[in-house]
Amino acid sequence: MEKILLKNIHKEDSFKIETYLAGGGYVALKKALKERPDDIIQLVQDSNLRGRGGAGFPAGLKWSFIPKDPTMQKYLACNADEGEPGTFKDRAIIDNDPHLLIEGMIITSFAIGASSSYIYIRGEFEFGASRLEEAIAEAYEKGYLGDNILGTGFNLDMAVHRGAGAYICGEETALLDSLEGRRGQPRIKPPFPAIAGLYGKPTVINNVETLSCIPAIVEKGAKWFAAIGPEKSPGPKIFGVSGHVERPGLYELPMGTSAREIIFEHSGGMLGGKKFKALIPGGVTAPMLVEEELDTGMDFDSLAALGSMLGSGGMIVMDETTCMVRVSWIINKFFSHESCGKCTPCREGTTWLTKVLYRIEHGEGNAGDVELLDRICGNIFGRTFCPLGDGAVMALRGCMKHFRDEFVYHVEHKRCKVC
Amino acid sequence: MLTEETKTHIEGLLNKYKTRRSAVMPALMHAQKQNAGNLTEEDMREVADYIGLNPVVTNEIVGFYTMYNPLKDIGTYHIQVCANLSCSLRQAEFIIEYLEKKLDIKSGETTKNKRYTLTRVECLGSCGTAPMMQINDDYFEDLTVSKVDEILSNLD
Ligand SMILES: Cc1cc2nc3c(=O)[nH]c(=O)nc-3n(C[C@H](O)[C@H](O)[C@H](O)COP(=O)(O)O)c2cc1C
Ligand code: FES
Repeated sequence: MEKILLKNIHKEDSFKIETYLAGGGYVALKKALKERPDDIIQLVQDSNLRGRGGAGFPAGLKWSFIPKDPTMQKYLACNADEGEPGTFKDRAIIDNDPHLLIEGMIITSFAIGASSSYIYIRGEFEFGASRLEEAIAEAYEKGYLGDNILGTGFNLDMAVHRGAGAYICGEETALLDSLEGRRGQPRIKPPFPAIAGLYGKPTVINNVETLSCIPAIVEKGAKWFAAIGPEKSPGPKIFGVSGHVERPGLYELPMGTSAREIIFEHSGGMLGGKKFKALIPGGVTAPMLVEEELDTGMDFDSLAALGSMLGSGGMIVMDETTCMVRVSWIINKFFSHESCGKCTPCREGTTWLTKVLYRIEHGEGNAGDVELLDRICGNIFGRTFCPLGDGAVMALRGCMKHFRDEFVYHVEHKRCKVC
Repeated sequence: MLTEETKTHIEGLLNKYKTRRSAVMPALMHAQKQNAGNLTEEDMREVADYIGLNPVVTNEIVGFYTMYNPLKDIGTYHIQVCANLSCSLRQAEFIIEYLEKKLDIKSGETTKNKRYTLTRVECLGSCGTAPMMQINDDYFEDLTVSKVDEILSNLD
């Protein structure tokens, strides 16, 4: 497949505006500014582009919820928090092709009528934040940002806001609170951000990869985009492969490419020729797949049909030597560390799960601990303020569904079955 | 005490946002940088004063986000090693143990000469080049023991 999202990242000085322009950059912006904003929203709806941040919500539909009142202040916030373990795709665009994102953001802002936009980037991405700041300065200089952009009367400001270490700020409403200078804790919905978002004004929040698809859609059309991969979940997708494969890295492929192809062809197969055991398909939240499920297409609907999810497309591959109790403990420790503390089932539940998983993993499990895990999961799932707690449960249940025997073995024999 | 440079920086931040409060996170981070990676109580109060917030607000923020280091003794080089899943599958534990031995501290501690602090952290978004660590602002990826040796010996 022709590369869309990663086409520039290996070019020399790929991050500079001159390189981006030489590769046809900002042509889509010029085209978009000649259209009516509503037509661009329609175009994105027709393309069937779905959000790449994890939930897969149709991007054009989200934009269409923004009130049309031109006197109302509106905002665009780009979600560059990239916190879901196993995910490292947005960083490639931010570090190496920042103008692709910026162009996507300008077009999106024009479509929804936003005059102010922010990129919320995780605090640890110091390098990426300065790359973005330099690129934004270049775009202002060329007249792609600021007042009266390219003489069209459209005004847009853009700034980078750095997080400071909190996974929950990737959740869109927590992100907004953080942008407002508060602790990042999710807000109650409704109202949805499209109605009352940043500073109480209509706001669109989209992931880096989602926004980076926009220039190509404007340039090549909705039909072209919708024809890549499955009809209801189309487009190019960056799969980030990590763990026990020969060639971990980023692979841009059509949505719906099979997990088997990505692991065994693109990523060079299993590390050291060991046997495959399990795949987490979309960041640690996404329930695991086993060997028999590897022919599944990596897209939103195919994975949902299996009870898993595409999430961020961060694929973590594990071989036969991997202890699944340990994996679950590591994942849950993460969730309990990152629980924002706002609601009790998540705050206490994830902490409790981690405690029980710790003792099972360390050969100190008690009889009944495996059932205890089930009960705690049941008391968290569906009872939390935001999806973080649900995510912890999905990950653990996904692992226990396939590897319950390992948990039981750990408790009964006080040691691991596989390592 | 906030330096003049930090105050100028905060002044610039205030223009970026609709409310003064939105500048509080980057302002605190700048104050921490100015102070070699440590955030003092005095600076937190001064940031609050400067922006016009109750000091409770800066306390809350600093307590919530993990990248602020209030009253901690962070060394000149803050080595943060990712111990999340992808890194762990690629032997992050081995790298952490090696660093603990080499620096003669446990993770979470600072060497006596205040040169190094070693911390075990969650995913840093670099899972495809695991194992990895961050030293101050910089990422170091695809780590091996000999690479760790080389990185540390090149630090200043
Ligand atoms: C706990 C949690 C963490 C999240 N982290 C991220 C993240 O790091 N990056 C991201 O783009 N979306 C993240 N999301 C999803 C966002 O809430 C939101 O759906 C997304 O930014 C919308 O953009 P999209 O429609 O373009 O995907 C997270 C959601 C939850 C519940
Ligand atoms: S798991 Fe270590 S950087 Fe993501």
